[in-house]
Amino acid sequence: MEIEHPVQHKKEKAMDTGNWRNHYPVVDESKCIACGNCVKYCPEACIFLDDSEKAEASKSGKVAKIDLEFCKGCGVCAQVCPVNAISMRTEEGGNNNETKSKKDKEKTN
Amino acid sequence: MNEQLTKNFYPGHATCAGCGIPAIVRHVLDEADDSVVVINATGCLEVTSTLYPYTAWKVPYIHNAFENAGATASGVETAYRILKKKKKIDKDIKFVIFAGDGGTYDIGLQSLSGMLERGHKVLYVNYDNEGYMNTGGQRSGATPYGANMTTTPASETDIGNKTFRKDLMEIVKGHHLEYLAQANVAYIEDLRKKTKKAFQALEKGPAFLLVLQPCTNVWKFPTSDYVKVGKLATETNFWPLYEIEKDNYKINLKIENPKPIEEYLKTQRRFKHLLRPENQEVVNYIQENINQRWNKLLKKAECQF
Repeated sequence: MEIEHPVQHKKEKAMDTGNWRNHYPVVDESKCIACGNCVKYCPEACIFLDDSEKAEASKSGKVAKIDLEFCKGCGVCAQVCPVNAISMRTEEGGNNNETKSKKDKEKTN
Repeated sequence: MNEQLTKNFYPGHATCAGCGIPAIVRHVLDEADDSVVVINATGCLEVTSTLYPYTAWKVPYIHNAFENAGATASGVETAYRILKKKKKIDKDIKFVIFAGDGGTYDIGLQSLSGMLERGHKVLYVNYDNEGYMNTGGQRSGATPYGANMTTTPASETDIGNKTFRKDLMEIVKGHHLEYLAQANVAYIEDLRKKTKKAFQALEKGPAFLLVLQPCTNVWKFPTSDYVKVGKLATETNFWPLYEIEKDNYKINLKIENPKPIEEYLKTQRRFKHLLRPENQEVVNYIQENINQRWNKLLKKAECQF
């Protein structure tokens, strides 16, 4: 029994929560111990542990990576990090055009 | 993007920055082995995740009205049971309700009770942010004593909300559930463990989880602090972590030296007025109440049946 649903999840219709942000998180990869605390608590599930070649240089072979597309800049990740590897930086000039996503740029053009 | 955690619930929803509700939803759904159907009561989660034409849900989702999440789930679960009996469905499906404290403590209490009484195999997850947050912070049955809410404002002469929160765990326990537990979003591993147990208990009947969800917007603390405030709630014994399995209580985390409740109150601006010297008595009263409840809980955990 397959029923066509009137509203389906479509990624391109998602609200652009990335432009809510005033601050953005930055991971200090040399400090990161890949404990996964930020991954668990991130309300937008933006963070994942990267175990690719690049990350092998770090202590545990894994490192937290943050995808800023939907990040609202709440700062939970920086708060829960046990080794203070994540710091929050201010978006220059508020949330300027450069950090805004494609969708918004198209609108303003 | 975290592939595993966004499998069922995608970002792009409009919950406030620093809200823990999506974390609860993702970790609960991540523990389910089978396909899930989500039933949602009106509340923060519903209004933020289903802004037309977008839906953050990648699983089948039904929202009906504020008061009838339990009744809706009963219907859906019964339909599934009958179709399975007639062999029109062969999949194993789990049913999960997400409801806020307004839709559980106050408005949806009768439909929750009906659902539990009839024994529908549904997991009810209540994210408890202690008020009606998406409509501006009115008090609910879950609002703690002394909180400054829009319908119980604190002033020079008034301390705000003058009732203690309902003990929902006891109300639900009265339905003789196989498994119910009180969890906290700040202790995700504990929440996941409890969810796993709850899904196992679904084979016999309904299960219930009560999860504390600190609200950055109305409790008034910085957006980065939901984990910190949640941890303090447990460390002060305001929100003990325990589970009830076949009417047997088990405390999951015993705090050696509980912190005084002021530590918790001073992190939130909704309790700011209680920290004035003339309100010291109120704080003592709250502390006394917490101690009393904790001692009762210890006694309950001692008797095993």
